[in-house]
Amino acid sequence: MSAFDLLWLQSGGCGGCSMSVLNAEAPDFYSYLKNHNINLLWHPSFSEACTDDFMSLLNNIESGSTKIDALCLEGSVMMGPNGTGRFHRLSGTNRPMFEVLRSLAGKARYTLGIGSCAAFGGITMSGPNPGEATGLQYDGKHDGGLLGADWKSPDDFPVINIAGCPTHPNWVIETLIQLAEGKLNADQLDSFNRPRSYTNHLVHHGCPRNEYYEYKASAQLPSEQGCLMEHMGCLGTQARADCNLRLWNGEGSCLRGGYACINCTAPEFEEPGHCFTETPKIAGIPIGLPIDMPKAWFVALASLAKAATPERLRVNAASDHIRISPGQHKKKDKKR
Amino acid sequence: MSKASTRYLLGPFNRVEGDLEVQLEVDRGRISKAWVNSPLFRGYEQILQGKDPRDALVYTPRICGICSVSQSVAAAGAIAAAQGLTPCHNGELATNLILATENLADHLTHFYLFFMPDFARDSYAAKSWFGEIQKRYKAQAGLAAREVLQARAAFLHLTGILAGKWPHSLAIQPGGSTRPLEAQECVRVQTIITAFRHFLQNTLFGTELEAVAELDSEQALMHFIGEKPLSDFAAFVRIADDLQLSSMGRASDAFMSYGAYSSGESHLFQAGVWQQQHRPLDLDLIREDVSHSWLNSNVEAKHPYQGSTIADSDDAIGYSWCKAPRLDGNVMEVGALARQVVDGHPLIRDLVQRRGGNVRNRVIARLLELALVLPAMEQWVSQIQPGGIFCRHAKLIDDGQGAGLVEAARGSLGHWLRIKNGKILNYQIIAPTTWNFSPRDKDDQPGALEQALPGTEIDSHRQDSVSVQHIIRSFDPCMVCTVH
Repeated sequence: MSAFDLLWLQSGGCGGCSMSVLNAEAPDFYSYLKNHNINLLWHPSFSEACTDDFMSLLNNIESGSTKIDALCLEGSVMMGPNGTGRFHRLSGTNRPMFEVLRSLAGKARYTLGIGSCAAFGGITMSGPNPGEATGLQYDGKHDGGLLGADWKSPDDFPVINIAGCPTHPNWVIETLIQLAEGKLNADQLDSFNRPRSYTNHLVHHGCPRNEYYEYKASAQLPSEQGCLMEHMGCLGTQARADCNLRLWNGEGSCLRGGYACINCTAPEFEEPGHCFTETPKIAGIPIGLPIDMPKAWFVALASLAKAATPERLRVNAASDHIRISPGQHKKKDKKR
Repeated sequence: MSKASTRYLLGPFNRVEGDLEVQLEVDRGRISKAWVNSPLFRGYEQILQGKDPRDALVYTPRICGICSVSQSVAAAGAIAAAQGLTPCHNGELATNLILATENLADHLTHFYLFFMPDFARDSYAAKSWFGEIQKRYKAQAGLAAREVLQARAAFLHLTGILAGKWPHSLAIQPGGSTRPLEAQECVRVQTIITAFRHFLQNTLFGTELEAVAELDSEQALMHFIGEKPLSDFAAFVRIADDLQLSSMGRASDAFMSYGAYSSGESHLFQAGVWQQQHRPLDLDLIREDVSHSWLNSNVEAKHPYQGSTIADSDDAIGYSWCKAPRLDGNVMEVGALARQVVDGHPLIRDLVQRRGGNVRNRVIARLLELALVLPAMEQWVSQIQPGGIFCRHAKLIDDGQGAGLVEAARGSLGHWLRIKNGKILNYQIIAPTTWNFSPRDKDDQPGALEQALPGTEIDSHRQDSVSVQHIIRSFDPCMVCTVH
């Protein structure tokens, strides 16, 4: 079987998704690629080829003499200033990077947006979007981006968006292996063309603070143990990702690290319209309710839960360590 | 430009973080002038204006995926300074541990993945050491990378525990950390550090970290390499000797460090400036010059509190999106070498006194830091008091200003924050590679890399000669931080 050839490029981002991919374990990233016959033709951080050698590879791909199976873009597409793309030229040339990307996307069987920047524009679009950043096929939540809503790859796929800020190493690796083995269908993508393998879950699933959530026992300050939804801006009940099931760097996740989920797999997460770590409320009720939950239900359940909060959770939620251990069911007397 | 000289535009330079382009003027086989360009501009300083100051903790780490924690620490430091808040002791220890994890992982990544693969290029095929080196360090294919990626990923479990994840954590706060540790978790942190110590000792150094830390002169180093020849460290020092990397890539020989790893008022590695001798650092003397940047340049060089970052791609004199920071008008080199010469490590002082900043010395200083910082991490964990507080809290302020200064793996990083009516009025960032890879200033004074390249011999067939690559990569540049 011939190798699955992969070209990885970066544009208006931070390189953090590449660094995250290097966090892959059991096996390591390079072994994953090798074991599954994925050939990393070129990557800006890992490959030997530099300057002229890279340019000849690029020419060969654009002329069609070197085939690529997948094009991965990390970072936003930079259109500015005034649509010229001069905020990111391909080094050593006068070509705007967006032009190179448009040309290559037509050559690869699949194009992947690695991270929320490449997918939707992401963090680089924040504020006044000084760089005129956009995504490959989305401009924030809106269809479009560099390639346009109707664009399809030569193998009839839209851009596959492995969104996240950063993305998780296994989201990327497992999707690439599925593609290399011809086992990914377009119906395995969600409405933003993210692999449902990880967006079928909410960050809430497996959150270690779930018991606090159930009783609305909430943290009010950083380092406290309680649920972060009510006051601390956590969007875990709305964010689609398996962060608390799959975990990061062995045993982490945002919630496990003690801070809010900011819904970084979603388009426009970068502009929540309020401070990231403060929950906006109307009449004491958080504006962003858990996904799929009717408001009346939430309000009713929340007030019931608050009334029933056990002392242990009430105390521990507002503390930076567990002050009260779980109780013990009294043993029934047994005569022996 | 003399008649014999030619200009070459080289890019993309890979195995650096981000986008880099270098223009060279070559005269009779030697570089006579160099111009460094960062071809990517995103505009973080504009993004931050008008935001809640706490949001800087979300945005600024995302400037850079490889120095993400350093950006966090600088942002938290700037907010804390504005609030007049001092982090609690546990919080400071946790922050040091998270920052050290990133910095050491970066040193390792730089050495094995970015820097050493250049010696496995075919240009060195005639060298007696080539076979072994190629087998071990060839880009993507070398055997070392697999071992190193495993050790690195296991070491970064520290960030899983202490910071939720890496990169892009929100755990580091102005008053400490969001992640209190229990006694048993401190044990787990200690076991991960110990495992990494063994990796460094077995693979990188071939001996105890303490034996490396104790090296006190070039002579002691060469003696050590003779005694302990079987390690990646020794392999590098021998190559450096053979290729005379110590006479390659000398820059301004003026070094600066903001001081690394806070401990109350002091640092594990002291702050200062080294120019043949140590002197204190006066932060008020920092100015950012934009005369050769594609930035609004009808302005005098300004202190970062007063600075602005407005793109102007039509600026005819400009050739980079990067600014030119200067300390009292002087070009500074920053990074591990600067940190260690400023702090006064005897080996580094000796190496610098003999041959200044150069390719070999920069790499040795980075590896030395692995041996110096890991034992410090072991101490920090043992000083944590489980059950104590990990974060102090303070009221937000409506008006004020503060600076957050930190040493990232690749050098001095500063954030300067001004707050008005509870929102960010101005936020200016000077990153390590902004210092090292700055363009010329109004006096036409080239930046550190621009000074390091001239004089280098160039292969007549290839302008991207491998020596140019060694010099560039010896700075461990991070271009995404440089222009943010």
